[in-house]
Amino acid sequence: MIEVKNITKSFDGKTILHDISATFHTGKTNLIIGQSGSGKTVLMKSLVGLIRPEMGEILYDGRDLLKMDSSQVKDLRKEIGMLFQGSALFDSETVLGNVMFPLVMFTKMTEAEMRDRALFCLERVNLKGADKKYPSEISGGMQKRVAIARAIALNPKYLFCDEPNSGLDPKTSIVIDELLSDITHEYNITTIINTHDMNSVLGIGENIIFINKGYRDWVGNKDKIFETTNEALSDFVFATDLFQKVKDYVVHNSHHIR
Amino acid sequence: MLLTNSIATFGSYCLFMRRVFSIPDKLKIFLRRTVAEISKLGVDSIPLVIIISLFIGAVIAIQMQLNITSPLIPAYSVGLATRDIVLLEFSNSILCLILAGKVGSNIASEIGTMRVTEQIDALEIMGVNSANFLVLPKIVAFLLFMPVLVVFSISTALFGGYFVAFVTDIITVSRYVYGLQALFQEWYVWYGLIKSVVFAFIISSVASFYGYYVKGGALDVGKSSTNAVVSSSILILFFDVLLTKLLLQ
Repeated sequence: MIEVKNITKSFDGKTILHDISATFHTGKTNLIIGQSGSGKTVLMKSLVGLIRPEMGEILYDGRDLLKMDSSQVKDLRKEIGMLFQGSALFDSETVLGNVMFPLVMFTKMTEAEMRDRALFCLERVNLKGADKKYPSEISGGMQKRVAIARAIALNPKYLFCDEPNSGLDPKTSIVIDELLSDITHEYNITTIINTHDMNSVLGIGENIIFINKGYRDWVGNKDKIFETTNEALSDFVFATDLFQKVKDYVVHNSHHIR
Repeated sequence: MLLTNSIATFGSYCLFMRRVFSIPDKLKIFLRRTVAEISKLGVDSIPLVIIISLFIGAVIAIQMQLNITSPLIPAYSVGLATRDIVLLEFSNSILCLILAGKVGSNIASEIGTMRVTEQIDALEIMGVNSANFLVLPKIVAFLLFMPVLVVFSISTALFGGYFVAFVTDIITVSRYVYGLQALFQEWYVWYGLIKSVVFAFIISSVASFYGYYVKGGALDVGKSSTNAVVSSSILILFFDVLLTKLLLQ
């Protein structure tokens, strides 16, 4: 479990995060949602330690990231997997090389053991047979899956995903969402997903934190989101006609659905 | 303002170098990456070094012959002057200015692209010291291979002069070769090698610094690459003067 307590972050005198507190549960897909520029990327980068907030606490199962020394942070990072918006695969390495990379750097496994583990992770994300290809030779969806395989190679306790569906078609997005959800439940990981994809919100949002203009504006899940009276959230989630119709349908038929 | 910015940039560079010069997490990986960088930055530069040195060596020999018209100056001076120009300035300073363009822009754009595509962030998240992991092998590789490039440059430049003597009648081969051997000072070779190692450090570290701190997109990677070449060229010229004063006077 990751707990965030009262974190505040400013850039050039402008406050981006205002006193944010939230809890991200283990074994659940925790979603951070919000409009572009709302501060959700700053929140995620603060959570993983790429940005240091001015105030507050970031507790990884009780261990405060902001009070750790560099060696403790280094140890903690071995428990973290991260999926970046652009996949961030290493161009010079093959798919297998990318997945093996954290194993090479941080384990004392033999070459054969690392290879087996990497191939297992690739198989888990349905990428059997792509191990010899380079990132430039595979599609965006496959790159995301390689990045997921790399992120889970070290059996992380915490998995961070920054807009995992950006640039993907709706069908591939659903595949990625389901994969992240399955991995979270299967390995009991604390997964935090930064997204503004409404399919993800309504599909895998077990714990949703809505950030609006740097404030934590709403907390709930994919079911509660239909009943929200929060105007900003409603405007954001049900901005399109399609999602408005989905909401109307769910609200009007809620007794049947439940 | 300019002074403040320069001091701030120098401070950032020093902090960056402190991160670069730490003990690698895995020595085996570091050595493997260093060998790969020797191939990419050093061995791949050999054709360029040979072509440039060959032609410049030939041109120096021709120009020396054309400009030394006094009957009081012995004919072998062409070989001697060609050798000294090559040893003292061309095969270290001028060569490094050229390599600042090739190698410097290569390093800055490679690391800059890794920055804007979040590959460096990915390394940091994994707990890898990205500055050390990416930059130290480049610096070590270039420092180790630069003397080899200089030796290649010296030999091909002198051969360029020899070729001119061989195919034209402006100077005889024997006089050219005699000139190459006349009044030889071994220290000039060491002086050139010392300068080249300093310049190799400037090229690789400055280019890495500019690439590592790129912010933005593809356009900014291009700008950082240009800035890396300009800055390292200016620093090479500055240290050329400084080292010449220190080592030759």
